[in-house]
Parts: sequence; structure tokens; C-alpha cells
Amino acid sequence: MKGFILSLKSEFYKTRKTLAFWSAILFPLVLCCLISFGFYYNSAKIIPFPAETQWFRFVGAFLGVMGSLLIPMLVIFQTFSINNIEHRSEMWKSLFSLPISKWSIYSAKYFYALFLNALCISLFASFIFASGYIMNFFVPEFKFNQYDISGLLFKMHLKLFLASTGILSIQFLFSLLWADFLKPMGIGFLFTVFGIITANLGWKYAYTIPFAHPMLALQNIMGQIMGREDKQRVFDLMDKEIYISLGVAVITFVIGYFVINKRNIK
Amino acid sequence: MPAEFVIETRDLSYVFGDQKVLDQISLRVPPGTIYGFLGPNGAGKTTTIKILLNLLHSKEKNVFLFGQELNDHRIDVLSRIGSLIEQPAIYFHLTGRENLVNRARLLQLTSARVNEILDLVELTESAEKKAGKYSLGMKQRLGIGLALLPDPPLLILDEPTNGLDPNGIIEVRHLLQKLVKEQGKTVFISSHLLSEVEKMITHVGIINHGKLLFQGTIEELHGVSKSQIVIVTADLVESANLLLRNGYHAEVISDTIRIPFTTLGEVADVTAFLVSNKHQVYSISQSRENLEDLFLSITQS
Repeated sequence: MKGFILSLKSEFYKTRKTLAFWSAILFPLVLCCLISFGFYYNSAKIIPFPAETQWFRFVGAFLGVMGSLLIPMLVIFQTFSINNIEHRSEMWKSLFSLPISKWSIYSAKYFYALFLNALCISLFASFIFASGYIMNFFVPEFKFNQYDISGLLFKMHLKLFLASTGILSIQFLFSLLWADFLKPMGIGFLFTVFGIITANLGWKYAYTIPFAHPMLALQNIMGQIMGREDKQRVFDLMDKEIYISLGVAVITFVIGYFVINKRNIK
Repeated sequence: MPAEFVIETRDLSYVFGDQKVLDQISLRVPPGTIYGFLGPNGAGKTTTIKILLNLLHSKEKNVFLFGQELNDHRIDVLSRIGSLIEQPAIYFHLTGRENLVNRARLLQLTSARVNEILDLVELTESAEKKAGKYSLGMKQRLGIGLALLPDPPLLILDEPTNGLDPNGIIEVRHLLQKLVKEQGKTVFISSHLLSEVEKMITHVGIINHGKLLFQGTIEELHGVSKSQIVIVTADLVESANLLLRNGYHAEVISDTIRIPFTTLGEVADVTAFLVSNKHQVYSISQSRENLEDLFLSITQS
């Protein structure tokens, strides 16, 4: 356990000045600023709606992109960046000749990637929430402060995070095996497009494709929230695609360790 | 009881696909020595070193460090080794100090040790500079610093003088000699150039095409070098023919006659023989093959 914690701290120390880390913070911040400006300058069109609808329109602007393209692409970029630090410096041989178990090095790297993804998604939720209130401060006619969306908002993002764990594990393994950006990026992009198409077409086996899970999660959230007659804004956190995403994540994580353990470092 | 050898391999063989890269290598590195592991590029040096560091895996249990079998005692063995493999593995986006701090934290060492190492490898002044902007020599010194950081009893350095200028090579030599002499460390150092390491090594192993061709002390290596009697006479061809007719392996090379010998008595016999046959002998001397030539003749044989 000590080796794991030391390796995890080392991951932060190594990446704290790189885009791998800062992209998790800057990306939600910049996107929030851009979309907020859009809402601010078009406030006249939004103001007539009730508070709840204002929030749903604002949140929807993010979630549509996040569910389809943003989360898979961010995961592809972050997992690549974390492993590329070692590829670029030919550091694997040095890391694996240290008196630290391979399991600690591998799992710390994996959990750091998971942490960055969690950080990025939770910052999206936080910045969206804060942006609503900030916009309300500058344009008092907005009604963002009249409806508490915090619980729903964080639950939506938690579901998206859980739905992205399968993609993260697969991309982590790809970027561990291949040093160049094109292979993991190309394959990841191809699967993402495939996932979007299958989810949008409503293919009944789309749930088996990890890259479709964020999109499916989003569709389920919207379907459950909008489809309720009692107007209760609730949805299930865990459903079929989330269980499969978590299952894929665990299985791929274990496979990745065996690959690393048996692999000769050239 | 301390092990007789810090590094010991027993008939170590290794295969990449169909190619046998190592063929029954039996290394024996005594403690407190600087062992030069020499061979041309592609001879199997780096493969051997990667096996010693458990980066490549020997299928059999035939690699022992500090008397312990490597696969069974990986963490314990690696905790006593500092290594530098091929070019130094450093994070280019971190400064020299940050590279050392990161490693020190992983190995639970103090920041005071980082400062000691920066002093030792003379990088204190460049400590805050990004490692990517270091010269090749500075990167090499940082790599050696990383290997020395945990103060290990065994240093395994793969071509550490690569890219260093003559001053840099001398500095590394002095540093390693000091570590062995004052701190009793063992150094296993590989090189494809004997001249770069011959002044620092106490023991030598010569490898080519995956086979260990020679292993012993540097004195033993000198011992196998060919000694020759170098003779200059009034008529070189006549004298050489006379010697050949009488069973001496004489050769005429650049205005001298050369005859291999093993004992000084043979020198006296040849001299007496020529003089008794009325040949005018102008000079007689001994020459010994230099180590570089010897290294080449061993690896090319």
C-alpha cells in the first residue's frame, strides 16, 4: 500500500506542470466561460422561462456535448498524456527497476487517470452550478437562484463518470501498450463515433459498447426525468450500461496488470 | 554471511524470437570491484543488464544478486541496486532537482540527499534548469545521480560514458573509483570501448555474439596478451629465414623481426642463436599487445 501511495504522489508531482493535469481544470473552466457568455448575451431569450427550464437549458448545453464526444475524447487525451510521460523519456525501464512492486506502479498510474477524470467531471458540475449563480448576479432577471439543481446536477455527472470508466480502462491499456498518439487516439476516436451512432440509432446491443455508455447514460437520464408524470426530477444512478462499464473497467484493469507484469521492457 | 559474488549468473541464455542473444553466460562479479562488461555494439551487454534488473525475464532461476535469486527476491535485490540503462531516463519537463526529488520521494529519501547528489554530480548550479535543456553530459551526470541517490551497494551502469567529453569521462572515472575505494561499493559498468574504462576497472568480462569470451582481473587480461621479441638485424630477411628454418615463428613487420615468446629464457635463446650464426644484431626488445588490440583480437576471433 505504501508503494501505491508513493507512486500516486509521484504521478501528481510529475504531471502537475503538464497539460495532462491542467486540462482537467482548464477544459471545464474555459467551456463554462464560453457557454456562460453565450447565455449572458442571449439572456433575453432565456429570461421568460421558469427557473427549472432555465437550468435545464443551461445544463443541456453542456451535457449534449459531454455525453457524446467530450468525455470520450478527454479520457483518450488524459490517459495518453499520463502514460506518454513515461514513453517520451523512455522511463518504463527506470520505473520498473525501482524496488517498488509493478502492481503499485501500474495501479497508481491507473487510479491517477481515474482521479483526473473524476476531477474534470466534478469541476464541470461545480463550474456549471457556479456559473448559473454568477450569471444571476449580473442579470438579476435570470431565475437560476430560484431552483436548487445541485443534487440533480452532481448525480448526473456522477453517472457520466461511472459510464466513462470502461472507456478509461480500455484507453489506459492502449496508451500503455503504444507510445505513439495515433494508435490509441485513432482507435478511440473510431470506437467513439461507432458508440455515438449505435446509441443514437437505438441499437438494442449498444449497451455492450463501452464507448456508447456516456451517451446511453445521458439518454436514460433524460428519458427518466422527462418521462415522469409526477414531475419528480429523479433518475436511477445505476443501470445496465453503468454495470457493464464498471465490469469492463475492472476486467481491463486486471488484464492490463497481467500484460505489464509479463511484458519484457525493451 | 555475505555472498562470494555480488552478481552471479549460471549459464544464462536468452532468446529473442529465433535469435539466441545470450549463450550460457556465467558472470562472476566479486564485491568491491569495478567490473567492466565489454563488447561491441549488439554483443548482448544491454540484454544482460536488463536481465540483471529483472526488466527481461530469465525463464530459469539462474540469476543471483547478493546471493539471492532475482525472480524470487525482486524488490529486496532491486533495493540494493542503482542503475543507468542506455541513455539516462529523465523527465525532460522537470528540472534536474525535480527529477531527483521525484525519485527521492518514491524511495522515501530526504531532500538533503538530493542536495548531496547534486553536489556530487556537479549539477547544483543547473539544478533549477529543465532537464530537457541539459547538454548530453549533464543528462548523463543526472542519470548517474539518480542511480546513486539511494546510496546502493551495487551500481549497474550501461555505457555511462556515452556522449561525455574526455573531461567528463575522467570525472566519471574518479567518481566511481572514489565510491569503490571509500564506500566499498561494487560497480558493474558496460562499454563498447575498452579505452574508456580500462583505467578504472579492476575486473573485466568480454562478450561477443552473446558468449562470454573472457572473464578475470585486468591483470589476467594482460597475462593473455601476446608478448613478442622485437629484433633488428643487419639483414632482416636472411635472419628471419634462418629463424623460420629452425622452428621459430618469425615474422617481418615494419623493419623488425617479431617472434612470440612466453618466458624470458626464450629471448636469451634467440639472441644467442642469431649471434652464434654470425648475424649482426642491432637491437632486441620486448613488446606487449596493448589492451585495445587484445580486446579486438578476442572479440574478432
